[in-house]
Amino acid sequence: MSAIPTIVFYGLREALRRKVFAVVLLLTAGFLLLYWLANHYAFRDVQSITPPQGVPIDSRTFAGAFIFGLAMFATLFLGVVLAIFLTLGAVRGDAERGLLQPLIVRPVGRPTLLLARWLGAIGVCTPYVIGVYLGAMLITGLTGHWWPDHIVVPAIELAAGVAIVAALSLLGSVFLTATANGIAIFMVFGAGLVAGLLGTIGHALSSHTLEHAATVAAWIVPFEALYQDALREITANTTGLTGFLLQLGPFGGAYIHGAGVRIWACAYLVLIAVVAALGFSRRDL
Amino acid sequence: MSAALSARGLEKRYGRTTALAGVDVEVAQGELVGLLGPNGAGKSTLVKIACGLVRPTRGRAEICGARAGSLTARRSLGYLAELFRFPGWYSADEVLALHQRLSGSTGGGGERAELLELVGLSEARDRRVEEMSKGMQQRLGIAQALVGAPPLLLLDEPTSALDPVGRRTVRLLLEELRGRGTSVLLNSHLLSEIELVCDRVVILLRGAVVAEGSPADLSRARGVEIETDEGTRVYDGGREEVPRLVAELVAAGLKVYGVRVLTSTLEETYLEAVEGETS
Repeated sequence: MSAIPTIVFYGLREALRRKVFAVVLLLTAGFLLLYWLANHYAFRDVQSITPPQGVPIDSRTFAGAFIFGLAMFATLFLGVVLAIFLTLGAVRGDAERGLLQPLIVRPVGRPTLLLARWLGAIGVCTPYVIGVYLGAMLITGLTGHWWPDHIVVPAIELAAGVAIVAALSLLGSVFLTATANGIAIFMVFGAGLVAGLLGTIGHALSSHTLEHAATVAAWIVPFEALYQDALREITANTTGLTGFLLQLGPFGGAYIHGAGVRIWACAYLVLIAVVAALGFSRRDL
Repeated sequence: MSAALSARGLEKRYGRTTALAGVDVEVAQGELVGLLGPNGAGKSTLVKIACGLVRPTRGRAEICGARAGSLTARRSLGYLAELFRFPGWYSADEVLALHQRLSGSTGGGGERAELLELVGLSEARDRRVEEMSKGMQQRLGIAQALVGAPPLLLLDEPTSALDPVGRRTVRLLLEELRGRGTSVLLNSHLLSEIELVCDRVVILLRGAVVAEGSPADLSRARGVEIETDEGTRVYDGGREEVPRLVAELVAAGLKVYGVRVLTSTLEETYLEAVEGETS
């Protein structure tokens, strides 16, 4: 276990050297700047909107929740990019480049190496995701005077979603080359998001078929379910027509949510860890 | 005392390809064994099984009595892969420090300085790997394998990227290691190198051991060359036949000017063992 900090530091230094952090920080700065502009103009225009008489809608809450939901999507996406680039070549990619063999013959268990690479990735990704989430929340709160109903749980769920993607990427790195793994994980991530969107539409239209298909997809890739649950949490106490419209989605509703999803996400991580450890232990290098 | 490396009935198949077909090899404590064979003979596979990178299909390999690949076995060996790379942004000293931490070595800066001196890289202590020549990286790889003073070294083509001076440095290093009692399994294509430093040679062909013994054992007698006043002639027999042959020639009234026992070189024995095969 004493090897874990060494390998965590090794992985982080590699990422620093490959300018992964620089690229992500640049993207993040660009995103937050654009997000501030979007908030500035959106809330300025919201002030001039007058709902029809008898329609009890809180346009400021609607705009705030909608735009912050969009920011949560972007935060998840940026976190996932970081997680994937930190882990996509951790096993097979590094083995093909000859970097892994000198490390793996040391008295360090293969599962320990995987665990250390995952800890290194989430040690960077989760603070990053929480930081961007809080930054976006501050921008919306200070610009539009709207704050999420719940703040902490959505942040944790977004970070957990990214941790799951990092674990999936590490699992993929055991079997796939770095390029193939990167493509595969991005496609899984995209498929999860599309499934989630379809589920929201199905929920709004009361289409059980769409909802069922999306529910299955959400259980297969629970980062999507966590993201949906995080969206639900930011407007958990919003009621009336505003709450109803937000529930229609795409940035406010969740067709599966609650403790079940969170417990399954934990179990899912354990399952991935077991499969990755077994796959790695049987792999010839 | 258990052998530094013991392989019994080792088999490895990759799909339909047989890399090893029941190999028995042993490296005793303090012994320096050379592994020879054409490309694809199974040499690297054998080394990789020994250090736990590859799982055998059948058979068993042990390092100092522990199952190859186990943490105990890996604590007892140092390994230089045929194809390896260190992170380019690490300095030579940092590479060794990383491996000290992973192997649990407590040697600290003193051990790192000693290892860099052993492989002739003292001046390059703070130089980044990406700024080193291939030969320097290979010497750093050897130093890395020596971290923690393991009782067994597995060296897979350690001199492939070295110039003659670098090869000589490694040869001297191997002789020094032998003096310290370190066991070495040296996989190399350079026959002259193996002949010079190894106590024993194992020749592999198509995944099986086809010849084994000390370089002297493998260098068989090819006759006795005797120069007389009637000219030079080669007689059958070895060193033990020389007194009889000389006595007979003198008795026959010939003047003997020179006698030379002819032995085959390791290269000739190797070519004969592998039937001239190459990949």
